[in-house]
Amino acid sequence: MARAQTLPEEPVRAARRAPVLAFVRRYPVAGLAALILGLIVLAALLAPVLWTVDPKALAPTQRMRMPSAAHWFGTDQFGRDVWSRVVYGAQVSLIVALAVATISVIAGTLIAVVSTYIRWLDGLVMRIMDGLMAIPGILLAIALVSLSGASRLTVIMAITIPEIPRVVRLVRSVVLSVREEPYVEAAISVGTPLPQLLWRHVLPNCVPPLIVQATYIAASAMLTEAILSFLGAGTPPEFPSWGNMMAEGRTFFPIAPRIVLIPGVALALTILAVNVLGDALRDRLDPKLAKRTGGLR
Amino acid sequence: MTDLALDVRGLTVRLPAGADRAHAVEEVSIQVRRGEIVCIVGESGSGKSVTAFTVMGLLPKGDLVPTAGEVLLEGEDVLKAAPARLRELRGTRMAMIFQEPMTALNPVVTVGDQIDEVLRIHTSLGPAERRAKALDIMGAIRLPDPERIYASYPHQLSGGQRQRIMIAAAMVLDPHLLIADEPTTALDVTTQAQILALIRDLQARRGTGVLFITHDFGVVAEIADRVVVMQRGRVVEEGPAEEVLRRPRHDYTRMLIGAVPGLDPEPREPVAGPVALETQALDKTYGAGGLFGRGRVVRAATDVHLQVRRGETLGIVGESGSGKTTVARCIARLVDPTSGAIRLGDVDIARLPERRLRPHRRRVQIVFQDPYRSLNPRRTVGASVIEGPMNFGLARDAALARARQLMELVGLSPDALERYPHQFSGGQRQRIAIARALAMEPEILIADEAVSALDVSVQAQVLDLLDDVKRRFDLALLFITHDLRVAAQICDRIMVMERGLVVEAGPTHRVFTAPEHPYTRALLAAAPGRGFGFGRAA
Repeated sequence: MARAQTLPEEPVRAARRAPVLAFVRRYPVAGLAALILGLIVLAALLAPVLWTVDPKALAPTQRMRMPSAAHWFGTDQFGRDVWSRVVYGAQVSLIVALAVATISVIAGTLIAVVSTYIRWLDGLVMRIMDGLMAIPGILLAIALVSLSGASRLTVIMAITIPEIPRVVRLVRSVVLSVREEPYVEAAISVGTPLPQLLWRHVLPNCVPPLIVQATYIAASAMLTEAILSFLGAGTPPEFPSWGNMMAEGRTFFPIAPRIVLIPGVALALTILAVNVLGDALRDRLDPKLAKRTGGLR
Repeated sequence: MTDLALDVRGLTVRLPAGADRAHAVEEVSIQVRRGEIVCIVGESGSGKSVTAFTVMGLLPKGDLVPTAGEVLLEGEDVLKAAPARLRELRGTRMAMIFQEPMTALNPVVTVGDQIDEVLRIHTSLGPAERRAKALDIMGAIRLPDPERIYASYPHQLSGGQRQRIMIAAAMVLDPHLLIADEPTTALDVTTQAQILALIRDLQARRGTGVLFITHDFGVVAEIADRVVVMQRGRVVEEGPAEEVLRRPRHDYTRMLIGAVPGLDPEPREPVAGPVALETQALDKTYGAGGLFGRGRVVRAATDVHLQVRRGETLGIVGESGSGKTTVARCIARLVDPTSGAIRLGDVDIARLPERRLRPHRRRVQIVFQDPYRSLNPRRTVGASVIEGPMNFGLARDAALARARQLMELVGLSPDALERYPHQFSGGQRQRIAIARALAMEPEILIADEAVSALDVSVQAQVLDLLDDVKRRFDLALLFITHDLRVAAQICDRIMVMERGLVVEAGPTHRVFTAPEHPYTRALLAAAPGRGFGFGRAA
């Protein structure tokens, strides 16, 4: 009995005390990425006060100006202020990224849970998902946008739908393995109803992989939005988005490469930051990669 | 020329900072002569596996570092050997077999090729010679039809056959030292008996020195020439097997041997309480039907009749695949029985839909085998224990108050409720799982291999606890186990299952002393260390 009564001391885990600090110390590059991403988010939020002018305002007399005190990044072929357009363009990219990641994760999780617990639906749902995955996402998005007309909402939906199958597969695989766990069966035998069972015992296991997946979805959504805009099937041309800025500027690339390069760099930097952050989170949240010690003794 | 196959002198291996102690093993000295079987016995955390892995040079890099001592393999210090030399030594001079035959073989390569690989790496034999040698060793390990098995993939073989293949791959180059790390722990008792006999036979014929790691004193009694007992990284006792088993000097050894239940149970009074649980013609068939009705059908349990009274312990004993766990899961309604009746008192719950089943769920509770997976790692112990009562409408405060009492009852401190499962040992977690079950005030408690994953000393404590709560709450206890010793200790009646069928049932004393069915007899005969007489006042 003596052995059973001496409880082990609570292991001190730095990661529990100051998780953010410990994370940054362990993944310094990810810390930098988070900083860059934070700055971009801040810029998008504070766009009106960041010395910007109306990004849609045309000024034919001010066309193709080089960077100056009045126009930090110069002006484009219609005399619009490039700095203002890049900052407002960040709003478009980030809203799309956030919306697509959130909607696809929630919708995907719901579909996965329903299909794993209603057995006759499972085969049907998964075949539909397989079918969706077989169509290139960008193609599907172009088709959806051209069917329903370009607006911010349709763009978001068009990018979201091709992302859903991956979330469904991910959540489904976690749910299928977790529900065999003895602690889930123990919860069933103490009479826990299905909704609570899922919420308390099953879905928390999906959170770490979903966070990581969401960062990848966010990054790819930004890219897809830019591609759609570049192709003229995305954000309506009067709103600045990094994609349509590049599309419109590309004919002037030989004389004013900055009109293309500045939104391009902004896009690349943002996506890189999100991906680096996602990789670090994956390393941190995946138990197989996070701790490789223990077990053997 | 020395006859020492292995000479470990004063070995100390450091643990990474922040572990519960500074050294995994400390000043361990072990000698293995050629043709001798030395058993290292100890509970989890004793350092027995670290010792074996150090000898093989297989310690995970960076975490565990040998800081003192030498490991002499026929005079050559393994600790100082360069990686290339170490690779050469492994296979030719020393070899290892592992606990888990399912994962130690590569699933996508035929077993013949895996034996062949050893020969390819370490010898310059041609393909025909290698094949002849591989088939030869496969004959030596008594595999039926070596030609067919040579071309088989691991999944086509049984656990016992896979372990034989592992032994074949280890022995094919006639190493002078064989390290066996719990090689029979994952196997059924009848298979275990065969593997132990095989190792003994091979070792005697080839003069191999064997370092055999186990936690099971039954196995020790069966196979060891000499015994080394380890506790918390140190050797506490060493000597000839007969000497250590019969006249243990160290308290720890005495405690370990004393904790091994005997195989000759006392007769018990029949229990006369009311019948709490009864099954009639219970059947569970898996894989029937399919889209075209041609799927492979597995009859996991067939025509099972059982009856448990309040205050009684019924043991269901059998090997893997016998259907004992299927029966338990049907009764707990974690799977739906195919046909038959499950009566709790006068209610048949076999076909109740989930909504009408819920009020009866609390009457049957189950404790699972794996203490590390039976509690939700993300929730506090308290949240797990009060979940059930709160599902049935008990207020949080009342449920917590009850949980506190239960914690004391199972031998834990009430502040354990605020902690998380990872802060507890396996035995403590099993106590928590028992408390969670008791919180439901059940009539029937199912223990599904509930002590199988525990060390023998902890096992004895948890068995005592189960017996104690059975008396205190007048429970009907359904005890599922593969371990005859454990069954002998706790059960009033025993039911033996084989391939889904109940082959024998009766009072424990009768089943152990006068088994009627040949399978029961085979099981009893295979129990390791049966000739030794554990459990008699030591």
